[in-house]
Amino acid sequence: MEPVLAILIGVLVAVAVWLMLSRNFVRLLLGFAMLGNAVNLSIFVAGRLTRAAPPLIADGAVAFEGAYANPLPQALVLTAIVIGFGLLAFALVLAWQAHVRLGTVLTDEMRIAEPLPEKKEPAS
Amino acid sequence: MNGWLAGLAVLIPLAGAAVTLLAHGLPRAQTVLSLLFAAALLLDASLLMAAVWRDGMVVVQASAWDAPFGISLAVDTLGAVMTLIAAITGLACLAYATAEIDEGHRRAFFHPLSHVLLAGVCGSFVTGDLFNLYVWFEVLLIASFGLLVIGGTRAQTDGAVKYVALNLVATSLFLLATGLIYGLTGTLNMADLSRAVPRVENTGVLNAAAMLLLAAFGMKAAVFPLFFWLPASYHTPLVAVSAVFAGLLTKVGVYALIRTVTLIFTHDPEWINGVLLWTAGLTMLTGVLGAAAQNEWRRILSFHIVSQIGYMVMGLAIGTKLAIVGSVFYLVHHIVVKANLFLIAGVAQRLTGSMELKRSGGLYEAAPWLAILFFIPAFSLAGFPPLSGFWAKFIVIKAALDERSIAIAAAALVTGLLTIYSMTKIWGEAFWKPHPAGPVEETGAPRAMVVPIAALAACTIVIGLFAQPFLAVAERTAAELTDPSAYAAAVLGRLP
Repeated sequence: MEPVLAILIGVLVAVAVWLMLSRNFVRLLLGFAMLGNAVNLSIFVAGRLTRAAPPLIADGAVAFEGAYANPLPQALVLTAIVIGFGLLAFALVLAWQAHVRLGTVLTDEMRIAEPLPEKKEPAS
Repeated sequence: MNGWLAGLAVLIPLAGAAVTLLAHGLPRAQTVLSLLFAAALLLDASLLMAAVWRDGMVVVQASAWDAPFGISLAVDTLGAVMTLIAAITGLACLAYATAEIDEGHRRAFFHPLSHVLLAGVCGSFVTGDLFNLYVWFEVLLIASFGLLVIGGTRAQTDGAVKYVALNLVATSLFLLATGLIYGLTGTLNMADLSRAVPRVENTGVLNAAAMLLLAAFGMKAAVFPLFFWLPASYHTPLVAVSAVFAGLLTKVGVYALIRTVTLIFTHDPEWINGVLLWTAGLTMLTGVLGAAAQNEWRRILSFHIVSQIGYMVMGLAIGTKLAIVGSVFYLVHHIVVKANLFLIAGVAQRLTGSMELKRSGGLYEAAPWLAILFFIPAFSLAGFPPLSGFWAKFIVIKAALDERSIAIAAAALVTGLLTIYSMTKIWGEAFWKPHPAGPVEETGAPRAMVVPIAALAACTIVIGLFAQPFLAVAERTAAELTDPSAYAAAVLGRLP
């Protein structure tokens, strides 16, 4: 199972990087969303995969017996998903604001905060 | 008792955020409550500092889950110092903001967001868990997003796009590195990691994870070549917001660098320190050269943040005890000075009408007191004795020369010289030159703006003139940082 997931993560990261290299802010955000999924999957795999062994302690027992699934990566991934969702929601609203106020979502054309130096008048 | 002090460093600002949110409909009450909570945080941070100084490291195991299974809060001297300085800066900037923000800014949740930001910053300084550090980073990040766009000018939207984009990348890298490190070691507790990392056999993956983490923190700290978001955005928001950002946010990145390099990635110091040393030198030079090309108050100062970060990373990269003393001293000095310079830029804008140096001037005649208040942090930044920046630069460069790192020492000295150039440029343009639109009226500034500036300037003078106690703190911090086994023992207790 790990090799399949590793390849999937690799593909997701590759697609995400390609999207994030774009000058279009919206594409960058789509790339961020994909990268987030790839990272979450990698945390999931990092916790090692097990089959059909839920992390539940049997009735009457005080500790795990035998192999069991690692519950921690799920907690980490859940936290990361929530945070990623919050960040993405903000960023999408920002992209929309950029479209409304600046009239563009292309980062190359956003030169209001950092204006290009004024061109000197050519001597006639 | 000491444990509560560490917990309260996070709980007070979080409570502050909740209470100021509830008081949203009552403008005066909200402002007063906001300042009260900031003052309470300062009190708590002072007590925490005193407790750490007296009794050694403060460790709390959340919900009594023993380390490394639960989340540990672990405050050593570095954590306590940073919390204290963050509380001072937070209070000063909030006080300044009471005179700066209008009803619209207040309605955009300025006060709750500021407290969430402080919670994130203090949380990063007190936590002893890598994933918890990630969570606090996100807390301060999302609050900083909100604060950055308060006011909603077009320049702010523009700056925010760049700021958000690069920080989203840094966040993803941080999380990926955390996952890899967890996969390699099976733990996320930083004390446990300091023992587990040297035992990892797969050093290739470990170094990849270390590089990802350094890249993520480097982006937060704005080191070369990852700093472009900073000068693109820091000159756009409210002055009080940019002062908090300038003082604290990049320094959280530097703190995380210091913490992980000294505590966790001790397995291959030559390699990591080599990377950091190049980064430090290039950061200093590119930052200061960038500043020399700028003609706007806050843009000059923004580039100087970048160049000054170089000095702190340089101390860390040299890695001797003296160098780390210099790094820590620099960190403390820089937060106070840089936040103050941004606040002064705000007052200057108020008096002259512009932050553009071309459309500014005549301040020396109109407000000689502001000239004095500017002179102190500006020339401390450039490293003039006897101000605090002199000692900070002196120690870092001395440490470099002791190690025969001539090139980096030379880079540091050149950067210091060019810093003077930028500061004299502001002095000449904004203070000496007559204002292009006629003399500036002597209107004065609100007391709420002048008092924080004067208080921070007083801090700079005290650190400079009475450097010995501050050096003692920095020395103890360096002693702790160069001996990670003591940190591990304090957090893990009896565990082998």
